[in-house]
Amino acid sequence: MICAKDINERTPWQDLTPGGEIYEPGTARAFNTGAWRTHTPVFHPETCKHCMLCVPFCPDNAIPVKDGKRLDFNYMHCKGCGICENVCPFPAITMVSGGVAR
Amino acid sequence: MSNRLTGNEAVAYAMKQVNPDVMGAFPITPSTEIPEYFASYVANGEVNTEYVTVESEHSSMSVCLAAQAAGARSVCATSSCGLALMYELLYVAASCRLPVTLACVNRALSGPININNDHSDSMGARDTGWIQIYAENNQEAYDNFLMAMPIGETPSVRLPVMTCMDGFITSHAVENIDLLETDVVRKFIGEYNPENYLLKKENPLAVGPYDVSPYYMEHKVQEAEAMKAAKARILEVAAEFANISGRRYGLFEEYRMEDAQLALVLIGSSAGTAKAAVDKLREDGIKAGLVKIRVFRPFPGEELALALANTRAVAVMDKSEGFSANGGPLFAETRSALYDLKERPYLIDIVYGLGGRDIKVEDFEKVFGRLADIAVTGETGPVYTHMGQRSKEEIA
Repeated sequence: MICAKDINERTPWQDLTPGGEIYEPGTARAFNTGAWRTHTPVFHPETCKHCMLCVPFCPDNAIPVKDGKRLDFNYMHCKGCGICENVCPFPAITMVSGGVAR
Repeated sequence: MSNRLTGNEAVAYAMKQVNPDVMGAFPITPSTEIPEYFASYVANGEVNTEYVTVESEHSSMSVCLAAQAAGARSVCATSSCGLALMYELLYVAASCRLPVTLACVNRALSGPININNDHSDSMGARDTGWIQIYAENNQEAYDNFLMAMPIGETPSVRLPVMTCMDGFITSHAVENIDLLETDVVRKFIGEYNPENYLLKKENPLAVGPYDVSPYYMEHKVQEAEAMKAAKARILEVAAEFANISGRRYGLFEEYRMEDAQLALVLIGSSAGTAKAAVDKLREDGIKAGLVKIRVFRPFPGEELALALANTRAVAVMDKSEGFSANGGPLFAETRSALYDLKERPYLIDIVYGLGGRDIKVEDFEKVFGRLADIAVTGETGPVYTHMGQRSKEEIA
């Protein structure tokens, strides 16, 4: 069975999986889906209490968590919807105009 | 065991014997009875199928392919506009390599609105990547449905299968039919055991991913190769089926073709009427024969060319109008298949029976009369004509 990392633009049709099925999870990490934003969330770590409310609300899994703490946004997947800012009980997230935070 | 059943009943009974995991159910004439009969089997506890009633055929096919991706065996039935509404999902089922089984009860497609038989619905879906097997009568409708799963589910094939029968003519007419015992059927179709499926918890699986241009063509080649591989598998399954039923099937049926000089190529229930015409002509010493296409996808081109190689003149009978302005779809396939022959028979196309227009033994005799003239004169006359419509001119 071929792994996603071994599939590339030189793989012959005989080696590809039927119907393009992928037999492993998490392959979206290799695919940038973030270039949709008209607004961009900015993370303020100094005000964040790590309550984690923003994490399950994020529809695109764009808020990485490590050792019980949320990290900065993964802009490869963030679509700039602003739900995180809305649910944040602290002023730890602000939305700014444009696709890139300045 | 022998029984008297309609075609719809026969297919519903086959489904009951299969006891599929899921049925996506939506009624449309003339296939309505299939989910209707099946609902009673579900209600009476005769099957343990998850019977999913939906709001449209688009959804019934969605249910089927999602269930199949999850690892379930799913079945469906539809006709005409219902099949047209499934169109998008027909491609999805085939390209995701999900071997759903669909009973298509052939009916004309709009407009004007018509509920009677012709093949315009399934012919419209001929390029979706589904295997298509057509029945002449109730027995074949039952047999074909049982053979569908062992064909489609084979790992080298993995394609959805559409078994087709003629609306009302086959679906609603009662015929004597030989049914197999349920345990024999179960053994014949076996368990559905795909290598990977969504509910297999030890292997995470993504189905139907976004296939960008560097990969899409490779997957289409795979699909095309699977369709080629299906031909051998169809014959293999037919041979296995002969062992349990005594009934033999090929990619097409040759009727009195051994020394035939004049031949018809057609699909479905009209074959019975045409066989009567062939018999009548044979009594008069006319070497008439007929080829009834059973498997239209994959198209048995090379085999058909061999079967027709020694004929003088052939009429392809299309029960759908393809609007190519160059003949119907069966004609296009047949003419293309014959192109590689060193010596080709004369070929004409006759579109007939649209929207339930009847065809009689005399009509087929007329077609053979035209073929006899062509064989003598070498002049085909108009290659692409219609038959059975009221007209100010007489052609055939």
